[in-house]
Amino acid sequence: MPGREELLAVLRRNAPRETPPPDLSRLGVKYADPLEQYALSLKGVGGACLRAADLPAAERALAELPACREARRVVTLVPGLGQGNVDLASLSRPHLLEGLDLAILPGDLAVAENGAVWVDASRLHHRAVFVITQHLVLVVNAVDVVHDMHEAYARLQEQPIGYGLFISGPSKTADIEQALVIGAQGARSCTVVLVG
Amino acid sequence: MNPTDRAEHAVDHAAAAARFVADDARAHWHDQALWWVRKKRDVASSAVPDWELLRDAAAGIKAHTLSRLAAYLEQFEQQATSRGAQVHFARDAAEHNAIVHRILSERGITKLVKSKSMLTEECHLNPYLEARGVTVTDTDLGERIVQLRHEPPSHIVLPAIHLKKEEIGELFHAELGTEKGASDPKYLTEAARGHLRQRFLEAGAGLTGVNFAVAETGGVVVCTNEGNADMGTTLPPVHIACMGVEKLIPRWQDLAVFTRLLARSATGQPVTTYTTHFHGPRPGGELHIVVVDNGRSRQLADPTFRRSLSCIRCGACMNTCPVFRRSGGYSYGWIVPGPIGSILAPGRDAAAHRSLPFASSLCGSCTDVCPVRIDLHHEILAWRQEIVRRGLLPWPKRAAMKVLAVVLRFTWLYRLAGWLARRVVPLLPRGLVYGRFNGWGKQRELPPMPRESFRDAYRRHRART
Repeated sequence: MPGREELLAVLRRNAPRETPPPDLSRLGVKYADPLEQYALSLKGVGGACLRAADLPAAERALAELPACREARRVVTLVPGLGQGNVDLASLSRPHLLEGLDLAILPGDLAVAENGAVWVDASRLHHRAVFVITQHLVLVVNAVDVVHDMHEAYARLQEQPIGYGLFISGPSKTADIEQALVIGAQGARSCTVVLVG
Repeated sequence: MNPTDRAEHAVDHAAAAARFVADDARAHWHDQALWWVRKKRDVASSAVPDWELLRDAAAGIKAHTLSRLAAYLEQFEQQATSRGAQVHFARDAAEHNAIVHRILSERGITKLVKSKSMLTEECHLNPYLEARGVTVTDTDLGERIVQLRHEPPSHIVLPAIHLKKEEIGELFHAELGTEKGASDPKYLTEAARGHLRQRFLEAGAGLTGVNFAVAETGGVVVCTNEGNADMGTTLPPVHIACMGVEKLIPRWQDLAVFTRLLARSATGQPVTTYTTHFHGPRPGGELHIVVVDNGRSRQLADPTFRRSLSCIRCGACMNTCPVFRRSGGYSYGWIVPGPIGSILAPGRDAAAHRSLPFASSLCGSCTDVCPVRIDLHHEILAWRQEIVRRGLLPWPKRAAMKVLAVVLRFTWLYRLAGWLARRVVPLLPRGLVYGRFNGWGKQRELPPMPRESFRDAYRRHRART
């Protein structure tokens, strides 16, 4: 590829004198109660945080939610939680997920500083499920709440890196006169259940 | 210079801004809308105890990356390829557009959904593809609105910030069949959601920009609030990610620094709703990463202006800029407006964009809010000097500078000029003093001429004490 060789050569020729990468070890924020901070952060981005001692308690809490009560087509990838009736593996195309009312997905960790949950979406048979669903429930172990993004990325580095994302609250936009509208293209609601 | 450069026609910022402020109420509304976003940024950033350290770290990472860009690009290519992505290189906009079109045409794809990418705007990708039979749908709500109006975005983060909801209501009534007269943002957003879902389901490929490309892992990271990039990359099997070469960062850990800064600086959110990390294609799918130079390597050679390559496109400098807020994005006549655009645009074509470095009060507010500590107002000032050096200053300014240089060189001439101003200006008819040449006096009164010069007043004061 001539473009490649030429670009690399020009970038080498035009590079300024090398500077060292900065030390990131002094960065970060620690909260007295990260779980409480997490719930606050999630509320701030339009989501809702539920605490449950165990999965049966989580099941009872979810049953109270209108988004769960009224859902007809449901995907659940958290064993023992929710009444799943759509099997991802049985769908030939992700497009068939259009019209999905609720997805209940496991999250690997939750970030107190910004309400985000890391979802390892490479495990999902159809990746679209987290965004095409009308409502989203994410389930995270309470011990997996970290303080900030530095801690989150450090934890994630320990697992194989594939396709994953941070989800912080429901899909939103403010593109029309800066008026915040929840439910732009993805999930209209995002509930995070912290278990334990 | 490449073909798209030549397509950029000369813009006179002052003349375009005059048209914008002619509608006084609207100009104020625009100013306030952006100031509100700036205030949200202040609240979000002040809640982060290590904010200034974060900015230092971000600036340090970017400076380090620029000093080893070739090595990181090679590392990125190797890692991305080993994960199954195909990496393409484009020297300019024309090559970029040709690569994207080839990927689509070889697979017989005629429907493309796009999430926000300023790079593809810079390359004028949409008209290129549309002329070749590809239906391109911009899927960010603001971008879809301006696309339906056949306009470019007026702001890089808030593409439709210049429009009122009533105008969007009329547009959607005509284009999407919403109720006539309806202008409720929730109703209009819901209509767009339905319309865009259809486009996502029909698309053969999804194109995204890239916020960060990680050399260490070979991954690209895309940040959105709406989830449109995620819809566009999880439904169609082909994902094309287009990035300027300056989007590289060295390490996975560096993402923590930038994800903490980006959304807080842009809109005052603690993080974007979706921050998606792509490493290789999905099973059975394809991931193409197009790395574009288009003048960036040339800018790297310039010690004065290379720091502006660190820009992460958050838009904070626009929201805070007193000139941008009062003149609107279109007055800059380039895809990236505001303070950062006033540096990047003349770097591409100094003659066409020579008025932009003067669209600034040099107050330095942009430099204060920049999350990667670009010395924006210093670079804007440096561009003014560069424009003078290249002889690109319009003749009235050039003549005024020449006269001033002579007057300031000779003490007697300076004193004579002062005496004339004090004695003669008060005697002149108003129509002459506030004539066409007096741009300063258009909306302002000149201060009354003092009776004596500072030098005389000082002497008198010293004699008395």
